[in-house]
Amino acid sequence: MDHLLSYIIFAPIAGVIAIGASLAVPMDKPQRDQFSRWVALICAGVAFVLGLYLWVVYDGSTAGKIQFIERATWIPSLHIEYFVGVDGISVSMVILSTLISFIATIASMPWWRGKDEHDDPEHPHFSVVKVPGYMIMLLILQTGMSGTFAALDMFLFFVFWEVMLLPMYFLIGIWGGPRKEYAAIKFFLYTLAGSVLLLLAILALYYRTGDQALLQRLATVNPEAFRRLVDAGTLAMDPQSHAWAYRMAEGGFASNTFNMLTMAKLGQAGLFDLVGPFLAGITFAKLMWIFMFIAFAVKVPMVPLHTWLPDAHVEAPTPISVILAGILLKMGIYGMLRMNWPILPAATASFAPAVSAFGVINIVYAAMVTLAQTDLKKLIAYSSVSHMGFSLLGMASMTESGMSGAVLNLFTHGIISPMLFLIVGVIYDRAHHREIEGFGGIAKVVPEYTALMGLAFFASLGLPGLAGFISEFLVLNGAFANLPWHTALSAVSVIITAAYYLWTIQRVFLGNLNPKYAHLPDVNWRERLTLYPLGALAILFGFYPNVMLRLINTDLFALVRSVKGV
Amino acid sequence: MLAPGLPHFLIVGAVLFAFGTYTVVTRTNAVGILMGVELILNAANVNFVAFNRFNPSPLLTGQVFSIFVIVLAAAEAAVALAIVLAIFMTAKTIDATQADTLKE
Amino acid sequence: MEILSQVKDLVLLAAQHGAEGAGEALKHAEELGPQKFVTVGYLWLIPFFPLLGFATNAFAGHWIQRRFGKKYVSYIAVGAMVLSFAVAMVALIQMLGLPPSDRYMVNFLWNMITAGDIQANLSFSLDPLSMMMTLIITFIGGLIHWYSTGYMADDPGYWRFFCYLNLFVFSMLLLVMGDNFVLMFFGWEGVGLCSYLLIGFWYEDIEKAKAAVKAFVTNRVGDFGFVLGLFLLFWALGGSWVERANVIPPRETRWATADPNYKPQAQSGTFYEKDPSLSPSKAATTWENYRRDPASSASKGGIRVGPTFTFRELRDQLAVDATGVRSRLTGMTFFGIPLLALIGILLFVGATAKSAQIPLYVWLPDAMAGPTPVSALIHAATMVTAGVYMVARLNFLFALSTAAMTVIALTGAATAMFAATIGFVQNDIKKVLAYSTVSQLGFMFIGVGVGAYWAGVYHLLTHAFFKACLFLGSGSVILGCHHEQDMRKMGGLKRFMPLTAKTYLYACIAIAGFPIVSNGFFSKDEILWKAFDSGSNMLDPSIGKLIWVVGWLTACGTSFYMWRSYYMTFTGEYRGARGEAHLGGHAPLLPALVTGSLASLPSSSVDAHRASTDFPQVRGMRHPDSGADPHAAGAAGHADHPDHKAAEGHGHGGMPHESPTSMTYVLVTLAIGCAATIVLGFWAPLGHLLHIDWMQEPMLERWLSPTFAPSRELVESRGAASGTFWEWLLMFASIGVAFAGWLIARAFYKDAKSTVPEKLAAAFPGLYRVVYNKYYVDELYQATVLRGTSILAKALAVFDNVVIDGIVNAVAVAGRFVANIDGAIDKYLVDGAVNALAEGIVELGGRFRRLQTGRIQNYLYAAVLGALLVIGINFLVH
Repeated sequence: MDHLLSYIIFAPIAGVIAIGASLAVPMDKPQRDQFSRWVALICAGVAFVLGLYLWVVYDGSTAGKIQFIERATWIPSLHIEYFVGVDGISVSMVILSTLISFIATIASMPWWRGKDEHDDPEHPHFSVVKVPGYMIMLLILQTGMSGTFAALDMFLFFVFWEVMLLPMYFLIGIWGGPRKEYAAIKFFLYTLAGSVLLLLAILALYYRTGDQALLQRLATVNPEAFRRLVDAGTLAMDPQSHAWAYRMAEGGFASNTFNMLTMAKLGQAGLFDLVGPFLAGITFAKLMWIFMFIAFAVKVPMVPLHTWLPDAHVEAPTPISVILAGILLKMGIYGMLRMNWPILPAATASFAPAVSAFGVINIVYAAMVTLAQTDLKKLIAYSSVSHMGFSLLGMASMTESGMSGAVLNLFTHGIISPMLFLIVGVIYDRAHHREIEGFGGIAKVVPEYTALMGLAFFASLGLPGLAGFISEFLVLNGAFANLPWHTALSAVSVIITAAYYLWTIQRVFLGNLNPKYAHLPDVNWRERLTLYPLGALAILFGFYPNVMLRLINTDLFALVRSVKGV
Repeated sequence: MLAPGLPHFLIVGAVLFAFGTYTVVTRTNAVGILMGVELILNAANVNFVAFNRFNPSPLLTGQVFSIFVIVLAAAEAAVALAIVLAIFMTAKTIDATQADTLKE
Repeated sequence: MEILSQVKDLVLLAAQHGAEGAGEALKHAEELGPQKFVTVGYLWLIPFFPLLGFATNAFAGHWIQRRFGKKYVSYIAVGAMVLSFAVAMVALIQMLGLPPSDRYMVNFLWNMITAGDIQANLSFSLDPLSMMMTLIITFIGGLIHWYSTGYMADDPGYWRFFCYLNLFVFSMLLLVMGDNFVLMFFGWEGVGLCSYLLIGFWYEDIEKAKAAVKAFVTNRVGDFGFVLGLFLLFWALGGSWVERANVIPPRETRWATADPNYKPQAQSGTFYEKDPSLSPSKAATTWENYRRDPASSASKGGIRVGPTFTFRELRDQLAVDATGVRSRLTGMTFFGIPLLALIGILLFVGATAKSAQIPLYVWLPDAMAGPTPVSALIHAATMVTAGVYMVARLNFLFALSTAAMTVIALTGAATAMFAATIGFVQNDIKKVLAYSTVSQLGFMFIGVGVGAYWAGVYHLLTHAFFKACLFLGSGSVILGCHHEQDMRKMGGLKRFMPLTAKTYLYACIAIAGFPIVSNGFFSKDEILWKAFDSGSNMLDPSIGKLIWVVGWLTACGTSFYMWRSYYMTFTGEYRGARGEAHLGGHAPLLPALVTGSLASLPSSSVDAHRASTDFPQVRGMRHPDSGADPHAAGAAGHADHPDHKAAEGHGHGGMPHESPTSMTYVLVTLAIGCAATIVLGFWAPLGHLLHIDWMQEPMLERWLSPTFAPSRELVESRGAASGTFWEWLLMFASIGVAFAGWLIARAFYKDAKSTVPEKLAAAFPGLYRVVYNKYYVDELYQATVLRGTSILAKALAVFDNVVIDGIVNAVAVAGRFVANIDGAIDKYLVDGAVNALAEGIVELGGRFRRLQTGRIQNYLYAAVLGALLVIGINFLVH
């Protein structure tokens, strides 16, 4: 399967087409809903299976080797290519996105079987409203996600990045909660504002790659780096124009390039640092770095750019929260890892202290805010912010264990936080509210649910033996090398985290049973289907994280080395 | 004794014309206006005849024209009176100031 | 299977090697090389069986209990314990077979984490110390499992209880058997989790739930320090600081970390070779082997130097001078603070939480909310000693910093005294035992603090036995008195529950430290002596003496409050309410408890379970200890116990009664254990006196010497060597206080005749109140830390909502405002101009059409005027 990645990326699109076509066929509503549900399930399932297959056939032994490359010229006039491929870092993310997408699709099925007495007609459950549209959006979203993780051409990356945005907007805005419009627009504008800066940076870099004078300067300032570029075939002399150019997929020459890998090589050769300072002494590289960083920091989300997250989570239907927390948040860090760090290493080094400071703020500040939340979903949303801070800190530390922890955190948090949101969804489907104080003592009526929530909470608060601990441990340990005080401060969060999770458990599950919920039904099979796999993974990666680390580290360490110019 | 010359006739014509014009302008009675119009026409007749009398040429152009005018005046009076009657039938008045529906 | 076949030849092996084992222990101290070890394949079974039991009961326990009855649940749990104890015995036999220097068994399973400098394996190891701990855990743990089958017999959450217990044992075994910090930390927090689950076992009672949360969070505070100490140690060992004189890197190099191609042996002088034949090239291969199989390198004679989490590697590079690590670390400072002291103190912070020392002891007394077997197993015998174990395990590290040692010893002494004084006045029997535990842990820390590692560990062992015996005894009492915990309502129980009384009495003797007949005497005395003798192991030699005085007084106090509890509980007249109130409440318990066999239970357990759902408000109250209104419980009992009549057949209504055999047998076993453990630490001077050669050095000390060898010379060289005379003197001194405490307690509390206690309490009411309320420490924390945190949290939440989100929304509002202005301009300026033109023309037209009046006269006016005008102009022209 030499087009494996494309299959993974576009399998959901097939579903979109199928559902779209079915709209032309006359069917009665339940039939149509059922059909679109099945199509979505099958497509997501296929993507997931392909993702597993990708994991199996991916060869993790060699560092820096991009695999499953597919390359074809897309828009010749702008030298834009359809260029996808995976290395250790992105393969883990692709697998994660297919997994979470599949689980989210399962979670989008109506949760009651036949009898829907738990569902009041004036507030219909999102899974029975406009089902075909929902499924189409969900599938498009999946394509966008796996595409973003696989894209190696900046423009393609940006396209997928935006492709994710719109379905998410509709999914929140149409199938969301009471304040859905506000949340959806907030999310959309916030991310779009970031995207604009990202686009600016991408274009600026793109034009710099074709700047012959700049290349000449590089050749004079740092000849051996330039020679290395030429020897590596990154740069080539275009016979027609007698100018430095880049080879296209079909062997032609491109004066400029969107190719991330090429840009990374150029950046590490110091090309972009040669552009003289402008805008009050800020160099071009630093400005671009800031632009891209803001774009990604919104997604992370980084305090103080985080306030879209709680609203989006609270209003979004459960599966969308799952995807939001499980994958979309990861794209921020992933983007930095693909663009800021490799392409602008010097700027990264000079901004690392700031990033680490932001990381600490994320961790501690968000944890404290979480402590005061009363809405279960908001609590988890803020705890997500806090946990993503560990990734920021690890990225800033620039040590091997720190960065490997940061990337592993993407994966572990991508497993735990979906579980948390699914669990909140379960209780919300039954009780129709999420007020922590509104429950109490329900552990007695829903023991299995309690056990699952306990597992998820303890995994999230970093209990050793569960996934969350490993990444936090690696991050803190790595960060401690350069930032002992930052680390010490961040480590305080292990106390706060324990406090708010246990306090929540105490208020929701322990104590005397709130008679209102004396007959709360326990988790059903659809929920088991989504919760147990995640729980099992949380335990597996708690005791054997190397499964992932082996995949990530070879390439990550190569990246760290090249960024540090070793 | 002083023989009347052309200017005397013209003065009579001018006076008649002035009377006629004054009548037309001031009278609100449609019939009155018609009379005024007659006066004006006759003033013109007087001038025609006078100019012809004091003209060396032997032709009777002036007199012929005044005959024409008299005929036309008769016809005009007939038509105008018919109109006045029509107005009277619709507006129950022959006050010309009332008959301004054409304005709109 | 092959394990059983192994056992046979292991026994033979043990027979051969047992003899010279003793000799080598002594001379082991001299040539201190890298730790030799043997690789074995079965250690994983020890924690595996409890894990299996946990999994089975977790997933199927509920169903098993309903389908087959509680008996089978307990079969699974207890069976797991028996098996794991058996495997531990196998390991012990094999270890006996090894020469002391090789007594280090490693079982490498898989490599958990490899990231940069971090290497963490899932691999178990047993050295004499962890061997001892493993035996304590599996043995006492097994006993307490057995005890619980009786104690929890009536609990609908039976299966849940046993599955937590098994999970706890699994975590505890991880803690002691893990061969690296990471795995130890797994256990370290795992036991915290189980402690949380078990304290909050009866979660309907919100107070119990809160106690559970308190325990876990307090432990997290300790873990915070522990982890930081860990990182500090790790990075000091290499990481990225190895090249730097000061630990903190200079600003410009802050962002350049260690050489990624970092190979430990690449650094000069860090590769130590036992035999010169081993060339550096071979050393490199050793390193490569290490990468492949971490268990294989040291056996080739190389010591890996660099950052590590593995205890063995840490020990090697710290213990062997040739590696130069020790000298380097000693020179290092962290912002001026000696690095080793800082590491030691930070790690000890973790210990203060786990082992309930000042200032983090507050959770342990509240932890008594859990079922009594839990208090015995977790909060007395095993988990709370984890801190002591950790310090002993890292003796080679702690011994390097006298500052850290001093802090530990002083904290221990302070805690011992402090807790003992609180224990004087408590009336809840479990609270007395809880504070006694805190106090005894203080003793252990004095031991490991002053460098008497084996003594501290020995006290850990003896304490595990007598404190477990005391707690289980108290559990038996509580059950016998129908969930009564207040000693003022007990008394005279000797008659009702003789066996319990006897065992409790012996345990009291043991903890009070009566000479010769009690193991507590030997351990405590050794600790006090070593403290007195610590010399310059403390920052100042006088500190050792001070600690001795404190410990000596505390020993007196210990004896006093333990005897007080004994006399108040077992002597005199029964002061508890008797009969009716308890009849209903207790009847349903009886059949299970009195017969002690669970065979009769299947039906009742089913009903009990149904009852738990039918009578939610009742369920939580039908357990022992849960201290709720027995009437309601009785109602439930009547409602759903078919074999209730059988209960009344036993009709000794509310009078106390002896507990079922499954409990008393355990008590007896533990009492015997107390006696048996005397042998392990028999006092050496006595051995010299009597010329008994196996007493020349206490057995346990000899057994543990390989573990403590690295720190041995160091500690002894700094010791004061006060001489045997002092040793005898101090021994008699401690005997004296033991008896003194006993006599005072006897005078005050025997048969509840004396009125002195009340008089004293009346004489110093303020003091009494302060002590009785535990010096208001909880209130202090509540007022400062907790309230502070919650206020800050709320404030930040508001800040987040109002300020940050406010800014975001403000931006949106501003955007809308600008848009409106734009719209206005468009509407009124641009459009306005166009419309104005149009309207102007319309207006004009309106004006003009007024001229056309339709009145003939007007027109004629105009005509006339015009004519006049023309004429006038005409005149003007000429």
